[in-house]
Amino acid sequence: MLPTSTLQIYGEFTEEIPPSEEYLTLHFSPNSAARKRRWGNFGLSADFLGDYFAAFFPGDEVPESKINLRDTVKAAVSFIANELLENAVKFNEDAANCPVSISLHLYEREIIFCVVNYANPTIAETYQTFIRELLNSDLDEFYTQQLEKAATGMSGSSMGLLTMINDYAARFGWKFQPFEPYPDVIEVRVLVRLDL
Amino acid sequence: MEIKTDDYSIWHDPESATIFFRGFLRLDGMEQYQPVMEVLLQAIDQSSSLTLNLRELEFLNSSGISMLSMFVVKVRERGNLRMILQGSDKVLWQTKSLKNLQRLMPSLTLEFG
Repeated sequence: MLPTSTLQIYGEFTEEIPPSEEYLTLHFSPNSAARKRRWGNFGLSADFLGDYFAAFFPGDEVPESKINLRDTVKAAVSFIANELLENAVKFNEDAANCPVSISLHLYEREIIFCVVNYANPTIAETYQTFIRELLNSDLDEFYTQQLEKAATGMSGSSMGLLTMINDYAARFGWKFQPFEPYPDVIEVRVLVRLDL
Repeated sequence: MEIKTDDYSIWHDPESATIFFRGFLRLDGMEQYQPVMEVLLQAIDQSSSLTLNLRELEFLNSSGISMLSMFVVKVRERGNLRMILQGSDKVLWQTKSLKNLQRLMPSLTLEFG
């Protein structure tokens, strides 16, 4: 059986997200024609999530940094939410007519992001090939290799994903699952853990 | 040459051979970054050293980081061009990601302030 036709899990994925007192979910209605017009709105949404979750943190100093804890949370959440949303929207299959969603769950020193989008099987398979390569590589070497690829104009370097992992120490889990009503649509669920 | 929008501005000061970036840059993919790349490429035709002042650039998405890395490789290919990146230690993405560009060009100078 092809990998795309069965459930596939990679990285630090858990079905159950631990209960959290603070969480928030945004849904974006599916509509491919409006992507260009709405692109800026994803950035605004990411900034909103950054501001919203930063408000739970004090402005304490962070060792070896000139940016306090609240501003660190704001900037990190905003960057990660923006990258996750950009990817989810870019690779979303509108045929499924399902919304892209992003949820953030807050814990004492951690935030869990969960993003869901619907992809066609070819895109889902390319993504999984990349994930397998990433998980079987030395991160530092792989990062340098992909950066060189991006810098010489080769596509598919996935610098967004690698920046979150390499620069922000974000930990990823992925689940790919056929989406029941549509045989040619794969539900892609990405779980990202960020230590604060 | 300069680019000015509600979200960001980029301008070249030929006298100090510096390109200044300000605001929030999160364009949709490399194609959208082409006009920014053109500002950068025009500037390296005009001098033997170039400074990119990013201190007021509060946000850059990964496509923008890829655009900067493409530019660094273009500078590297010239062989005789000195480049300085000025970052802010109060802007998180800069403290996290700018140093990676030195992997592409070890002679690149990073100045944080």
